[in-house]
Amino acid sequence: MSARNPQLNANGELIHLITLEGLPREIIIGILDRAAPFTEIAEREVKKVPLLRGKSVFNLFFENSTRTRTTFEIAAKRLSADVINLNINTSSTTKGETLLDTVDNLAAMQADMFVVRHASSGAPYLIAQHLAATGREHIHVVNAGDGRHAHPTQGLLDMYTVRHYKRDFTRLTVAVVGDVLHSRVARSQLHALATLGVPEIRVVGPKTLLPTGVEQMVNHDRLRVCHDLRDGLKGADVVMMLRLQNERMNGALLPSPQEYFKSYGLTPAMLALAKPDAIVMHPGPMNRGVEIDSAVADGRQAVILPQVTFGIAVRMAVMSMLAGN
Amino acid sequence: MTTPTSASELLKRLADAMRPQVTAATVLVGIHTGGVWIAERLHQMLRLEARMGSIDVSYHRDDHHLGGGKSGGRASQLPFDVEGAHVVIVDDVLATGRTIRAAMNELFDYGRPARIDLAVLIDRGGRELPIAATWCGETVRLPASQTLELARNDKGELDFRVIEK
Repeated sequence: MSARNPQLNANGELIHLITLEGLPREIIIGILDRAAPFTEIAEREVKKVPLLRGKSVFNLFFENSTRTRTTFEIAAKRLSADVINLNINTSSTTKGETLLDTVDNLAAMQADMFVVRHASSGAPYLIAQHLAATGREHIHVVNAGDGRHAHPTQGLLDMYTVRHYKRDFTRLTVAVVGDVLHSRVARSQLHALATLGVPEIRVVGPKTLLPTGVEQMVNHDRLRVCHDLRDGLKGADVVMMLRLQNERMNGALLPSPQEYFKSYGLTPAMLALAKPDAIVMHPGPMNRGVEIDSAVADGRQAVILPQVTFGIAVRMAVMSMLAGN
Repeated sequence: MTTPTSASELLKRLADAMRPQVTAATVLVGIHTGGVWIAERLHQMLRLEARMGSIDVSYHRDDHHLGGGKSGGRASQLPFDVEGAHVVIVDDVLATGRTIRAAMNELFDYGRPARIDLAVLIDRGGRELPIAATWCGETVRLPASQTLELARNDKGELDFRVIEK
């Protein structure tokens, strides 16, 4: 793989989806446009279209995630693909070797697409690179979340949700709130928001849960960091909550979940600082009473369940686009 | 080749041919994009009562793996019960028949029609599947190097253009 974006072929078409960083605006918009008619397929008599008929999609989950795996599985099945689910527990000592060996074995079983979830950042890229180096570029790789790096389909379904409710990205104030440090979702969201021309992006959280240099993380001149939730929410159109990732926390970054809720939990009173028609998003699974109050999670401004539904259409769009290129 | 008859003349011919055989319950379904324009006209000319539909065949194209249907699909709109309906698929040009095959597959994803007919303005030949139109405005023979395309101008007038590949 040379200087060109490793996700694109020589014609600039998407062949892998690894990250939203550096992905051209036209491709992101193309995926969102393609997803829109897929939302209607669930209402048909036959809930399937044959775009991936005869293709084999392997869900390679080196890290557990029933929800994400299920949405990828449904998306692939609605496209008529054969889906093989593999939950692989990693052994840390042999990780690198095992990963590519696994890939080689599955490629030998005529896989057409790998959907990869891995605890190590860069694992899907490593697989794509390996496939290219061994002349198997016809096998597509979709990143379903790697370490702290990226979760591009979640970022895309979040953008789809924002567009669905707010139409125009170029007049929005968007707040990304919570544990940005451990969040691959946040990274994917920030890159996409910047690419789509959102004029004001706010990253909100305690100092210990924001990565250093977050302002430089994305190419955007109006990315603001707020340590006070009130500042971050004031006048916002979209509030993207992040999950407090207890399982990823080593050491004392927080006094306690209760303490966190007091300062950074999204309660109805806090949400009242945002615009009256602001929408509240969350990638799930939610920690009720930690980062979000149940009254907000179940309230009229929450679009958390529509996000899940849109996620299937967006994943169908990504997979059908890859299979066509 | 000879320039095709004007689209408005062909529309009139097609409507005259269809009139004795359609009923108030017949539903027209146009194939995006040209077929939808024609279905809209026929719907008025035949004074049909049932709501008309539109079909996008992108999901059923047989050349998806060859890069066909890059733009993705529009949603098909079928605002009636396909189950048991008399459906007339409407398109501007009939050539290989692959689009019609795809349209029938799409239709069956919504239910089992009682009967499907096919109305096209022009049959240009070059069939690759055993498909024939029930009604056709005109039959012409075009060399494979030429494409016939229906265009609609700002005033909503339809006309055919011959495009050299």
